[in-house]
Amino acid sequence: MSIEVSGVNKRYGDFVALEDINLTIPTGQLTALLGPSGGGKTTLLRVIAGLETPDTGTISIEGVEATALPVQKRNVGFVFQHYAAFKHLTVAKNVAFGLEIRKKPRAEIAAKVEELLELVHLSQFADRLPSQLSGGQRQRMALARALAIEPSVLLLDEPFGALDAKVRKELRDWLRRLHDEVHVTTVFVTHDQEEALEVADEIVVVNQGGIEQIGTPEQLYDEPANDFVMSFLGDVTTLGGSLIRPHDVEVTTSPLSEHSLEGTVSRVLRIGFEVRLTVLTDDGEVVTAELTRTHARALQLEEGANVFVTPSPGAYMMPAPSLAG
Amino acid sequence: MLWFSLLVLIPLVAVIITASSGGWSAFANQLQNEQTAAAIWLTIRAALVVTLINVVIGTVIAWVLVRDKFWGKGLLEVIIDIPFALPTIVAGLVLLSLYGAESPLGLHWANTSRSVYLALAFVTLPFVVRMVQPVLEELDADVEEAAASLGASRFTTFRRIILPSLTPAIAAGAALSFARGMGEYGSLVLLSGNLPFESEVASVRILSAIENDNPEGAAAIAAMLLMVSLLVIVVLDLLQRRMVRRG
Repeated sequence: MSIEVSGVNKRYGDFVALEDINLTIPTGQLTALLGPSGGGKTTLLRVIAGLETPDTGTISIEGVEATALPVQKRNVGFVFQHYAAFKHLTVAKNVAFGLEIRKKPRAEIAAKVEELLELVHLSQFADRLPSQLSGGQRQRMALARALAIEPSVLLLDEPFGALDAKVRKELRDWLRRLHDEVHVTTVFVTHDQEEALEVADEIVVVNQGGIEQIGTPEQLYDEPANDFVMSFLGDVTTLGGSLIRPHDVEVTTSPLSEHSLEGTVSRVLRIGFEVRLTVLTDDGEVVTAELTRTHARALQLEEGANVFVTPSPGAYMMPAPSLAG
Repeated sequence: MLWFSLLVLIPLVAVIITASSGGWSAFANQLQNEQTAAAIWLTIRAALVVTLINVVIGTVIAWVLVRDKFWGKGLLEVIIDIPFALPTIVAGLVLLSLYGAESPLGLHWANTSRSVYLALAFVTLPFVVRMVQPVLEELDADVEEAAASLGASRFTTFRRIILPSLTPAIAAGAALSFARGMGEYGSLVLLSGNLPFESEVASVRILSAIENDNPEGAAAIAAMLLMVSLLVIVVLDLLQRRMVRRG
């Protein structure tokens, strides 16, 4: 087991950043720490790296007790949201930094830097300064720099958070492919559920200083442990007093089963290929449903139309928390 | 742009022309005067030493002001600027009352060359501090954390990451401090006593040349100071570029 976190607590004054965290991250996997801002996921990552000291609890990395080790001795690669580039050094020098600290022979450093720049597709930018690179390129440089020291674990703190949507998506795919090539145990922090679902082998949902659920993307999406996980991983709506995903709500013009509820369409919102319907049931419940554009057209849905809403067969549902709670 | 060039260049050219009006030998003669040479040498020496002190102490003060929290920090911020704000002759008076014949500190440095170093150190203190401080404030904490995660000790991080980011500011502060030291008059004229071969500086020598109706002599000293200042500024710039490139 690559990273073992046990009994970790961390407070800042009155604010509880982490509360009794126990977590095991297996070797060679790509794990996402997913959660809302201020939920403690970045603090957890920094505690693993040794950039923060936990108040109580222990961290071990690759079987080595690391709690008392400073960040310099933990052999972790850390990538920051805002790149943390060494602005006065060229791209090649940035990547070489950790190797120079380790006093490796010059030829070995040069070879390693070349290999890494090749890996992150920055070979032709070796002699540029970071200020001459785009955000995505800077982050790839930061990744090469972190990989240069052959870290036992690679930790990424919202690595694509500062990039625009398109570059973000590209880098996300690229990170997945890179991980399949390099196989270093990787933990990345994100607040973007789509990013976590797409890239990670395993997702740890962190909220209010605690862990809500650990599982594969499928497990988390299909069998969320609680309403927080369910609503954080995707859109949810209520149907007959249960939480359900809007795309699991079937909309028909005649009742499908005894579970069907009758209602009227109060709003039709078209977003690209999908149509989002708001249906007000006769019991006074507001149900959101997602349909494809063609399906919606076939049913001739428009505002005021009379429809029936039914949970799809096999849809995951859980009792909705009472509004008072 | 042209306006500023004219504003700055014309007076400089005028000084050079006056200095060279008697030809090269007259210029050399003026500077070979032993008393003049001693005054110029003392000025250069004092400005260099004080600038070196400022580079180290000024950077340390800037560091403490940015990175540390302590009681009375706001007050220290104000005190740093006092030499900037104080009219130099007032500074001279303050120094005289502190280090003069009736020194409450028991330091009788009046009429010695030490008084020159002291006065220059006093008036040039803020230059490096005020140049370095904003740059230090702009440095991202995550850059230092990145260096640490790559295995760099605090000292290595300072030497290889922080210092190169600060060198342009340190060099600029040093250039200002040196130039100010070369031309300082008001703050040292009272305490130093202007004793020839002991505590007389170049600017005082220029004044006495003018008073003795020797404008060529004054211009020669001025031209000399100008050349030394330019040389030091160029050297500092080269040094700073080199530091940055070497990383």
